[in-house]
Amino acid sequence: MPYIPHDPEETAAMLAAIGVESIDDLFDEIPSRLQAQDLDLPEGLSEMALRRELEDRAMANSSLRCFAGGGAYAHHIPALVWDIAARGEFYSAYTPYQPEASQGTLQVLYEYQSFITRLTALEISNASLYDGASGLAEACLMALRIRGSDQSILVPENLLPSWRRVLDSVLGLQNIRLISVPYDTTTGLLQLPEDANAAALIVPQINAFGLLEPVDALTDWAHARGLLSIAVVNPLSLAILKAPGDWGQQGADIAVGEGQPLGIPLTGGGPYFGFLACRKAHARQLPGRLVAKTVDGQGREGYCLTLQAREQHIRRGKATSNICTNQGLMVTAATIHMATLGSQGLQEAAMTCHARASRLRALLEALPGITFPYAGAFFHEWVVRLPKDAVFVRDTLLKQGLLAGIPLSEWGEGASGDLLVCTTELLEESDLLTYREAMRSMLEAQ
Amino acid sequence: MNDSIFVHDHPTTPPALPTDIPAECLRQAPLNLPNAAELDVLRHYTRLSQKNFAIDTQFYPLGSCTMKYNPRIAHAMASLPGFARLHPDTPAPAMQGLLQVLWELQEWLAAATGMAAVSLTPAAGAQGELAGVAMIRAYHQSRGDHGRNKMLIPTAAHGTNPASAQMAGFEVIEIPNLADGDLDMAALDAHLGPDVAGIMLTNPSTLGVFERRIAEIAQHVHAAGGLLYYDGANLNAILGRVQPGQMGFDVMHLNLHKTFATPHGGGGPGAGAVAVQARLQPFLPLPTVHKEGPGTLRWLSELDVPQSIGRLSAHGGNIGVLLRAHAYMRRLGRAGVRRVSAYAALNANYLLKELQRVGYQAAFPQRRASHEFILSVSDLHKATGIRALDVAKRLLDFGIHAPTIYFPQLVPECLLIEPTETESKATLDRFVAVMAQIRQEALEQPELLREAPHHLPVGRLDEALAARRLDVAALS
Repeated sequence: MPYIPHDPEETAAMLAAIGVESIDDLFDEIPSRLQAQDLDLPEGLSEMALRRELEDRAMANSSLRCFAGGGAYAHHIPALVWDIAARGEFYSAYTPYQPEASQGTLQVLYEYQSFITRLTALEISNASLYDGASGLAEACLMALRIRGSDQSILVPENLLPSWRRVLDSVLGLQNIRLISVPYDTTTGLLQLPEDANAAALIVPQINAFGLLEPVDALTDWAHARGLLSIAVVNPLSLAILKAPGDWGQQGADIAVGEGQPLGIPLTGGGPYFGFLACRKAHARQLPGRLVAKTVDGQGREGYCLTLQAREQHIRRGKATSNICTNQGLMVTAATIHMATLGSQGLQEAAMTCHARASRLRALLEALPGITFPYAGAFFHEWVVRLPKDAVFVRDTLLKQGLLAGIPLSEWGEGASGDLLVCTTELLEESDLLTYREAMRSMLEAQ
Repeated sequence: MNDSIFVHDHPTTPPALPTDIPAECLRQAPLNLPNAAELDVLRHYTRLSQKNFAIDTQFYPLGSCTMKYNPRIAHAMASLPGFARLHPDTPAPAMQGLLQVLWELQEWLAAATGMAAVSLTPAAGAQGELAGVAMIRAYHQSRGDHGRNKMLIPTAAHGTNPASAQMAGFEVIEIPNLADGDLDMAALDAHLGPDVAGIMLTNPSTLGVFERRIAEIAQHVHAAGGLLYYDGANLNAILGRVQPGQMGFDVMHLNLHKTFATPHGGGGPGAGAVAVQARLQPFLPLPTVHKEGPGTLRWLSELDVPQSIGRLSAHGGNIGVLLRAHAYMRRLGRAGVRRVSAYAALNANYLLKELQRVGYQAAFPQRRASHEFILSVSDLHKATGIRALDVAKRLLDFGIHAPTIYFPQLVPECLLIEPTETESKATLDRFVAVMAQIRQEALEQPELLREAPHHLPVGRLDEALAARRLDVAALS
């Protein structure tokens, strides 16, 4: 019996101790007409047969050189990161509600919070949320709680469309108004209205087209009109880009983002984690878990969850969020990843990503018929306009082992030839040349 | 030794930043993360891991959390490069292997729950609850039934239930339980009406007993035009034996990190798949996997399912967790899935009997345990001042994780104990022996309990100081 240790004698002894004849008797309070007979499930497999079946399934997914980004990025993860994160003591531990038995997880979370506050230049980080997009929904709800009266949020149209959909589903349930802010189709950058009544402005740095926004001006615009500024940032980019706490005169109020670039495998879209940081003044409006350093009865330093009165298991219907779990194991890996790379390694990775993006763009610029619709500065992702349908190009290059990018038409954006292309430190010069040649023959073919 | 990662820092000179990015976009103060040697990093986090309790090292009788063994094969399968390196925007023809796994999991979970359809996207139980109540709302609205703004929830429910209902815009009405643990039908009937959207129930309930009148409850709620939501937190008690769909539930979530053995990871990631009856299928959250034929699986989008409540995360949910749940279900198969609830019930009822034998009092002694049960140490509290918290902390000294305490709140000084099916009789017997010893200590040396734990890296922490100082990040 997989994973059930009882032998027949033990089972018999336990039934005798309980005073019943059979296991079925233990369910005698359940009306028999509710008890199902056989379920429509397949037979079980041995571990060996299971491995074979799943290895075949894994092989049925194409192995592709990845030039796609759009919110999920292929980065190098040092071997020790998941070796340690997958240790049973982290992997199979529960939420640290018993702090004396969870100092490992709690100190990791404290270090994680420390690293995120340093990346974002803000004072407080929670212990993570489900993913970047749902984290942004939580950040919006937090802004609405802080502001109190206004029930609307300014949402840029150059925010990743999948993130916008999450805002629609989650915030729509509470009748919160999402006011779209258009972008300038010639620059790809946000185009602000003269004035607006809302609780907050979302500022995506980097925007959905890979472009860098003038974040100082956007943040000051928001503050001048009494709005909070919610920064949406890529954590790896913050190794070289301006930290949200330094945006504009006063800095962004809340920073949120997708933590996946910090040591989390792509795995088809999850699990990732969302990070959320803010000013200390807003600590009591923060959703999710928070770890603090304290002392025990003998004055020894230790860590525990704090401000739990915000959370659902205490406040129930009046909690700051219904969220119960964080993404503990992902954050454990991210913390080890950040500690392994250090600021130096993160900066090098970020610089390499950027250098590769500049290099590939230069390589493609030489190809006839190719243009770049947006001229602005970028981090590691940009839009190229192809003279052919981008979906067709992407699907054709799959056969050459390349995931060439994300066609913007799949988002309902841009021209049919627009392809969002991303490079990371995983791609070497030879990969960039392969990409250019594949693109060249693609464009030359009739 | 109280080690900090920051002591291992070797200061470095920050590199020159790119010149083709405008200066106002570049980082101002250099990033200040420790630059430590790889071996120091490795030792630091290995040592931290050793300060944790975990299923792999300790027994975890943690009620309502189902801390069963997390099979290592599931982790190995989810880590295969063919899955781990897959970008979410890979076109469907290039990810048929993954889509096949997810499609099978959808089918199997529907079969196990007696529901018509499943969406795997919710990232955790609470997000599944939110999706579930949002579907209830969308269902009523699609019928032009706009007045249903109340959600009924038992007083003893998990805290996420009222929080999720509130987040979906519902007003929460609490329904009490009777002394025997069943729901108060009279109170239920008094609240049912054209303003009630539905009821959220856990069965077996959070009191560790099966709600015997569930069919009657379903009949009353449905007759009043409401829907029934099943909180899958306790599904381990009835897996393979009773299908929520058969009990009359319309929509539910499953905690794959409980019932389907995926790891808790120190507090996530979980996965909170939702399952629904056919009339709610058009509202399932996206994306779901659709099979058009062999080798032609694809994600469904808003174009296919226009009435969907939408998306809860940027991609397809916690896919790595779903891969683990799939591996677990495939390994167990039809017979193994049914054995889960059988042996979970055997272990729980055995433990209850044995703990009663050594002097502990059951909260519902006349009832069968489900997969878990509640003890109350009110008698010890009256006799010695010892509280459930003290018993829980003393257990840690014996290398046993504390049970859930003070939940559900309506039983004073309670311990909620769930052994799960993966623990052996020997482990349960040792737990009983330790509990007997603790009971003895409570009567003879109560200070031993009050000051526990004694043998862990830290003793009881000053939580008031933690909140007052709010030291939540090492200052740079």
